[in-house]
Amino acid sequence: MFKSANVLMKPILVSAVVATTIFLSGTEVNAQTTPATPAASKPKPYMNMGRNATPAEVAAWDIDVRPDFKGLPAGSGSVAKGQELWEKQCASCHGTFGESNEVFTPIAGGTTKDDIKTGRVASLMSDKQPQRTTIMKVATISTLWDYVHRAMPWNAPRSLTVDETYSLVAFMLNLSEMVPDDFVLSNKNIAQVQGMMPNRNGMTQKHGLWTVKGAPDMKNTACMVNCTQHVAIGSVLPDYARNAHNNLAEQNREYGPYRGADTTKPPVAALPSAGMMMVSTASAAAPKAAGPADLFKKENCSACHAPAAKLVGPSIADVANKYKGVANAQAMLEKKVKAGGAGVWGAIPMPAQTQLSDTDNKTLVQWMLNGGK
Amino acid sequence: MNMSERSKTMQSLSTPNLIRKAPENFLSQEAIAQINQHGADETRRGFLRKSFMAALGSAGAVGSGLALANPQGDPAILEKQIWQTTLGKNVATEPYGTPSIYEKNLVRRESPGLTRVSAASVAFTPLQGLFGIITPNGLHFERHHQGWYNIDPNKHRLMINGLVKNEKVFTMNDLMRLPSVSRIHFIECGANTGLEWGNVAVPTVQYTHGMLSCCEFTGVPLSTLLDICGADLKKGKYILAEGGDGSGMTRTISMEMALDDVMVAWAMNGEMLRPENGFPIRLVVPGVQGVSWVKWLRRIEVGDMPYAAKDEAIHYIDLMPDGLHRQYTSIQECKSVITTPSGGQQLFDKGYYNVSGLAWSGRGKIKRVDVSFDGGNNWRTARLETPILTKALTRFNIDWVWDGSPTIMQSRAIDDTGYVQPTIRQLRAVRGTRSIYHNNAIQSWKVDTNGEVSNVQVG
Repeated sequence: MFKSANVLMKPILVSAVVATTIFLSGTEVNAQTTPATPAASKPKPYMNMGRNATPAEVAAWDIDVRPDFKGLPAGSGSVAKGQELWEKQCASCHGTFGESNEVFTPIAGGTTKDDIKTGRVASLMSDKQPQRTTIMKVATISTLWDYVHRAMPWNAPRSLTVDETYSLVAFMLNLSEMVPDDFVLSNKNIAQVQGMMPNRNGMTQKHGLWTVKGAPDMKNTACMVNCTQHVAIGSVLPDYARNAHNNLAEQNREYGPYRGADTTKPPVAALPSAGMMMVSTASAAAPKAAGPADLFKKENCSACHAPAAKLVGPSIADVANKYKGVANAQAMLEKKVKAGGAGVWGAIPMPAQTQLSDTDNKTLVQWMLNGGK
Repeated sequence: MNMSERSKTMQSLSTPNLIRKAPENFLSQEAIAQINQHGADETRRGFLRKSFMAALGSAGAVGSGLALANPQGDPAILEKQIWQTTLGKNVATEPYGTPSIYEKNLVRRESPGLTRVSAASVAFTPLQGLFGIITPNGLHFERHHQGWYNIDPNKHRLMINGLVKNEKVFTMNDLMRLPSVSRIHFIECGANTGLEWGNVAVPTVQYTHGMLSCCEFTGVPLSTLLDICGADLKKGKYILAEGGDGSGMTRTISMEMALDDVMVAWAMNGEMLRPENGFPIRLVVPGVQGVSWVKWLRRIEVGDMPYAAKDEAIHYIDLMPDGLHRQYTSIQECKSVITTPSGGQQLFDKGYYNVSGLAWSGRGKIKRVDVSFDGGNNWRTARLETPILTKALTRFNIDWVWDGSPTIMQSRAIDDTGYVQPTIRQLRAVRGTRSIYHNNAIQSWKVDTNGEVSNVQVG
């Protein structure tokens, strides 16, 4: 497409030049006005754009860890330390034992001692396993380490140190019964642990979707006439799901050849005829201003707190009841939301919401104390 | 209208070159004849008033064959409308224009219950209401893994390191000075239609196929940047692309692709990228699933092996019936879907319809699209609209006269490699039902006798 493969094979023109951010416009003019440039050395007057990265800059950003452990920093961490960190920083989403399915799919579970021996997770071969946990899927321990270090915790990524990362990975291995309670994971023994990963032999790259020229794994034909003897409908949306995506009438135009079906009602008995469609529900009303309920969703509070049912955290109704008539509840909870806390509603701690503005915090606490109204 | 506005309006109306004649076709010829004959008597005035009120509550008559409710004619024509008789708004009333208020229903939407955290979720493009092949920027689908930010372009950097002669840093000032190209390409999430592997799960094309968009992207070819840095093409068989967001999205891309048509883009449809789509720069990897089009791109590393990053070793892996996961599945194979009429829409009459849809292939251009109105037994070839571009959406249209009987509509695309879009049955036979990703099956829409269209699977 860009014909650059050939170009790149050529020696780099300005490789020895110390790059600066100043563009050498004189060079450009010369290059462009020289008509006799041989085709083989097409002028590339932009070759000195950008500047060289400093070693400190590369170190700051080049944090990826590969399957061969290139990029893995030296360090270590124990299962015990990992458990301590887990309960403080991870359990609120992933559950005390990495089993929670409330916010994200579970981390641990579904693997056996036998899988550790074979490197293939047996439960993946049948449809019986309802969920795939992280440990059931991941073949490379480097991925786990990189994931935690790069992107966790969810609302405060890149806040974990190297040793904390080792500890948390050690704890996850312990949850999966791969290592004992007193295990310490380090850059020295991580390659050995790789040899125990339950799904280490469970990946294949033999498929046609890796490259543009890859061979497809199926072949349909472009039959045009009498292609099938029998057309049977195998699956439809069940009636109870009719309005599960809200009213489809409000998700289509109110003019043109089609309307959305009014899914708040059963299907119309007969073809409406054009006259009925003239009745429009169009309203040019301004969209509703975002209220505390939208803010609650936007700030991800709804991931743990439901209106009436207990999820990871207490329900809005429970919070409103507990603090009914309590003086200072507003100020106390605002502080708690910001700093995080544990123990009032159970073992799973509430993570600190440092990203919340004071105004939003006030609005949300007020709204919760008012029972979500 | 207050007094000063009113007087301004009066003034401009009395300005000679702004005075407009009353529209001649305001009344039907028949009504004009009657009024000429009998004068606009009380009865007739009453009719006009009533029909104006009716017009307020209607969206106008639809369908050319529709009998008029009133023999005098259509009130939308017979009555003066407010936009004909008063002064409109000033230029630049909306400095950045927005769609008509009558388009409010066509917006990006989440699928309720699909994800539990909206910062790691999907907002689907309303394909049921779009035309042509270009997705408006505000309707481009969204998929974030740890939320999105408005990144300050003056603080954004692109670093290129690894197996290169010179590890380099580029500012936005540097990047946007480089020789740029503009290309129209589709982007489709690998999990598009992923909810439908086992059975019908969602009602409309917005939710079955709405992780699909197509834009004109402008940026610098990645090959130019790799050239500038002196990439080692002997050892460097792969690149890692890394995002600057909290998830630090990372994906391995083969050097073959990187040198072919991958670009570092800053613009989409003529303006800078939207923050939800990676402002100020994202990777464009034509033909490859959306997750590899790393947003908020901050780093490219050249390496000699794939990286097994989190989104290619834990997520975005395709489970096969034998329990193996396919890793590094990337290419979006040839696929098509009828967008109108489609699931959740209501037809109100028999007769003519222009059936319209989209086709695309991650391996090249669309060669042909066939449409069936009998559940795949017989097929007719649709009209392909231009432009037909490689690794871009192609719009197709076909005439259909509905006789009112139950109908199952399907479209089947063929790309220029000769690959024919498969049926869901063929896909399941090879890949089972737990693969999540890369479902490019032929989509079926059923039109019932009551005119309601619904999502069904055949076979």
